[in-house]
Amino acid sequence: MNFTLDKLVVSILSIVGIAFTYWFFLLKNEKQAEAVDSIDIIVEGGYDPENIVIKKGKTTRISFLRKDPSSCLEEVVLGDFHIRKYLPLNKKVSIELKPVHEGEFPYRCGMNMYHGKIIVR
Amino acid sequence: MTTITKTFPIKGMHCASCVRVIEKSVGRIDGIESCNVNLATESATVKYDNEKVTKDAILAAVENAGYRAVIEEEVKSHAESKAEKLKELDFLKIKTGISLFLGGIILWGSFPGIMETAPGIFKNYILQFLIATVVQFWAGFEFYRSTINSIKHRQANMDTLVTVGTTVAYFYSVAVIFFPQIFKDLGVQIMPFFDTSTVIIGLILLGRFFEGRAKLSTSDAIGKLIGLQAKTARVIRGNVEINIPIDQVQVGDLIRVRPGEKIPVDGEIIEGESNVDESMVTGESIPTEKMKGDLVIGATINKSGSFVYKATKVGSDTMLSQIIKLVENAQGSKAPIQRLADIVSSYFVPIVIMLAIATFAIWYNFGPTPAFLYALLNSIATLIIACPCAMGLATPTAIMVATGKGAKNGILIKDAESLEIAGKINTVIFDKTGTLTNGKPVVTDIVTASKKPDEIIALAASLEKGSEHALAEAIIKEAENRDLRLFKVQGFKAVAGHGVEGEIKGRKLYLGNRKLMKKVNIDTTEVEETVSKLELEGKTVVMFAIDKELAGLIAIADTIKDSAKEGVERLNKMGIETVMVTGDNERTARAIADQIGIKRVLADVLPEGKVEELKNMQAEGKRVAMVGDGINDAPALAAADIGIAMGTGTDVAIEAADIALVNKNLNSVGGAIELSKKTMRNIRLNLFWAFGYNVVLIPVAMGAFYPFFKLLLSPVLASGAMAMSSVSVVANSLLLERSKI
Repeated sequence: MNFTLDKLVVSILSIVGIAFTYWFFLLKNEKQAEAVDSIDIIVEGGYDPENIVIKKGKTTRISFLRKDPSSCLEEVVLGDFHIRKYLPLNKKVSIELKPVHEGEFPYRCGMNMYHGKIIVR
Repeated sequence: MTTITKTFPIKGMHCASCVRVIEKSVGRIDGIESCNVNLATESATVKYDNEKVTKDAILAAVENAGYRAVIEEEVKSHAESKAEKLKELDFLKIKTGISLFLGGIILWGSFPGIMETAPGIFKNYILQFLIATVVQFWAGFEFYRSTINSIKHRQANMDTLVTVGTTVAYFYSVAVIFFPQIFKDLGVQIMPFFDTSTVIIGLILLGRFFEGRAKLSTSDAIGKLIGLQAKTARVIRGNVEINIPIDQVQVGDLIRVRPGEKIPVDGEIIEGESNVDESMVTGESIPTEKMKGDLVIGATINKSGSFVYKATKVGSDTMLSQIIKLVENAQGSKAPIQRLADIVSSYFVPIVIMLAIATFAIWYNFGPTPAFLYALLNSIATLIIACPCAMGLATPTAIMVATGKGAKNGILIKDAESLEIAGKINTVIFDKTGTLTNGKPVVTDIVTASKKPDEIIALAASLEKGSEHALAEAIIKEAENRDLRLFKVQGFKAVAGHGVEGEIKGRKLYLGNRKLMKKVNIDTTEVEETVSKLELEGKTVVMFAIDKELAGLIAIADTIKDSAKEGVERLNKMGIETVMVTGDNERTARAIADQIGIKRVLADVLPEGKVEELKNMQAEGKRVAMVGDGINDAPALAAADIGIAMGTGTDVAIEAADIALVNKNLNSVGGAIELSKKTMRNIRLNLFWAFGYNVVLIPVAMGAFYPFFKLLLSPVLASGAMAMSSVSVVANSLLLERSKI
C-alpha cells in the first residue's frame, strides 16, 4: 500500500477528530447552581443549570421547563427520589424535594443520555 | 374584571437597577396593578387584570427591557400531559408521512433496480436536491435544533448522530451535483445520496412516532386509575341533597349513594347497606357486603342497595390517590439491573462518533476503490445504526408496564428494586393471625370444673378489656353475646407473649398461656390432656387462674382465610418454601399449618422474636419474603428481603413493606413473585436485544465483516434497523400487560 499525502491528512484529521470528540463530550467541567427555595431548570439540549445544590431537610421546588422539542428530553427521571415526569413542551413541571440525606443524586432524561446532579448539603 | 397574581423567575438580572427597569417596563402595560421585582430571588410578582393582560404582553415587556421572563403555564394533571403528548405525536405523524413520501420519490428515482421504472423527472438531480432540502431542513429541523442545543451543553444524543449522518450525506450530494468536476478529477463517480439522507430522516421519524405511541401505552395504568375517580358527590346539606364537584367534598360530609353509582370518596357507612364492587381498586372480583360501620372506598361501585356514609378521607388522602401516588413513585424508581445500561448509555454517543471517525479513516486508507465513497457510506451507517435509545428504554418501560399491571390486580409495588428482588424469593414466611386467618377469633370451648362458664367469661372479659390482643377481642365479644356484666379491674398488666393479669374484688387473676402459668407457679398438669386435645384441633387455649389456682380453659379458634390454601399451594408448586410464624404453641400451629398446607412452622415466637427467626433463615442463605399485616409486623416486614403487607381497608400499609396486597388475597403473593419473574425475564430480553443489537450491528456497519463475507450495511437499511430496534423494545415491554399473574 502506498501512503499518499491525502491518506496522511485524513489519518491526522481523524486522530484529531477523535481526540476532540473525547475532550469535548467527556472531559467537561461541571458547574453548580445554588437553589434557595426554588429553582428553574431550562431543558434545552441538556439541563440548565445542570448541577444544583439544595439544602438537606428543606423543601425545595424544582421546576423543569422543556423548550427543546427533541423527544430525548421529554422525560426527566430522578431515580433516587422515585420521580419520573413527562415534560410537555414549553410548559413548566414542578416537583418538590425535601431530602433527608446529604450526597449527590443524579437525574437524567428518560433515555439516560442527558444528565444532571442534585447535590444535597 | 378578574385580578390574578403571578410570580415568575426573571433571567439575566445582575444589579439593582435591573429591578427598576423591569418594573417600569411591565408597569406600562394597561391592566397591570402592580409589579414587584426581587433581585435576591430573581423573580417578579405581578398583579394584573386577567382579561386585559396576556402572558405574551408581560413576556414582551420584560424582553424589551433586555431580560427574560419564564412564565409558562404549569402542567399538573396526567390527562393534560397526555393531551400535550398526543398533540406532539399528531404533528410528528404528518411530518413522518411527508418525509417518507418525498423520500420514496427520490429512492424510486435513484435506487439501482427500481429506478428504471421511475418517471424521468424523478431521476432529475435538481428535483431530488429540492425535495431532499425540504426533508433535511423542515422535517429534520428538530434534529438540528436538538443537536445545536446539546452541543452548547457539550452533550450528545441520538439526534446528534442522525444530524451528523444525514448532513454529511446531504452536503456531499449537493457538492457532487453542483461541482461534479472536482469529483470527476478525483476519480469519484457522480452519484448523490439524497435518497440516503431523506429516507434516514423519514424512517427515524417513523420509529420515533411508533415509539411515542407505544410509550404512551406504558403509562396507561396511571391514566386508567385517575379515570376511575367520580366527578361529583351527592352531599346532604341540611335537608337537601346537592350534587357538588368531588374536589369540594370535605371530611365529615354526609353523602348518599344510590344503586349503580360510583362512591365518590372514602368513608364510613352510617345508614343502609349494600354490595360494593371494589374490583377496580383492590382487584377483588367478588362484590363485598357493606353495612353500617363498614368502610367504603372512593371510586368503587355501589351495586344493589342505597346508603348514606360519612366522608373520612378526601382529595389526596383517599385510597385511590394513595395508590396512584405509589404507582407513580414506583415507575420513577431505579432498578439495579439498569445500572450497566446506565453507565454504557452515558458514554455511548461520543464513543459512536469516535468510531465513525475511525471507520472513515480506516476505509479511506485501506478500503477498496472508490475508497472515499466506502469511507463516507460506512461512517454514515455507523452513526445511523447506533441506537442508544433501546438501551435507555429497556428497563424503565418494562417497570412501568409491570407496576401498572400489578396495581390493576391489587398488587402495589413500592419500587423497581422490590420488583427485581421479589422474583429471587425462595422462602415465604406468613404471619398467622390476620394474614393466613381472618384475625377474628371466636370462643369455641369453655372448660371449667367448679365455676359456671358465664362466670369464667365475665371475669376473663373484664380482665381483657385493657388488652389489644386478638384473642382478647374474642373473649370480650363472647361476653357481649352472653350479655354479661363486666367488673372493674385493678392493677392490670399485660405481659407480651404470655398473657394478662389483674385484680378483681381483691382476687388476683391470671389469663394467658402455659408460659404465664409457669411464670407464676401454677400447676397445669391436670388439664394437659384436655389442652392437647383442643390444640390438636387447631384451637388456641387460654388458661384462667384465680389466686394461683387454675379455674378454667377458654379455647379460641380463628377462621382460615379463603385464599390461604390456594395461595400456599401456588407457592409450594413454584418450589418456594412456605413457613408459618405464630405465637401459638407448636400443636395448635401445626394443626392450622396442616389445614393450609404449610410445611414448616415456627411456633411459640414472641412478637419481637419474629425478626430473629427471619434473620436466622436469611443466614441459612435464603431469600425471604415476610407476609404480614403491616402494622404489628412492621419490624419483620422491614427486615425481610421483601416485606409484603396485606392492605387493610382504606389503609395502604406500604410504609414498612415493599409490596402491598390491597386485594388481601393470598394468591397474590405468588402473583407478585410471578410478576417479578416475568418482568425480569422481559427486561433481560430487552437488554440482551438492545446491547446485542449495538454490539453486533455497529461493527457490521463499520465494515468488520467486509474482509470475510464482503458484507456491508447500507445507511438506509441501518436507519430502518435503528428505527425498529427501540420500537421492538417498547413493544416487548407492552407484552407484559398480556401475561398472566
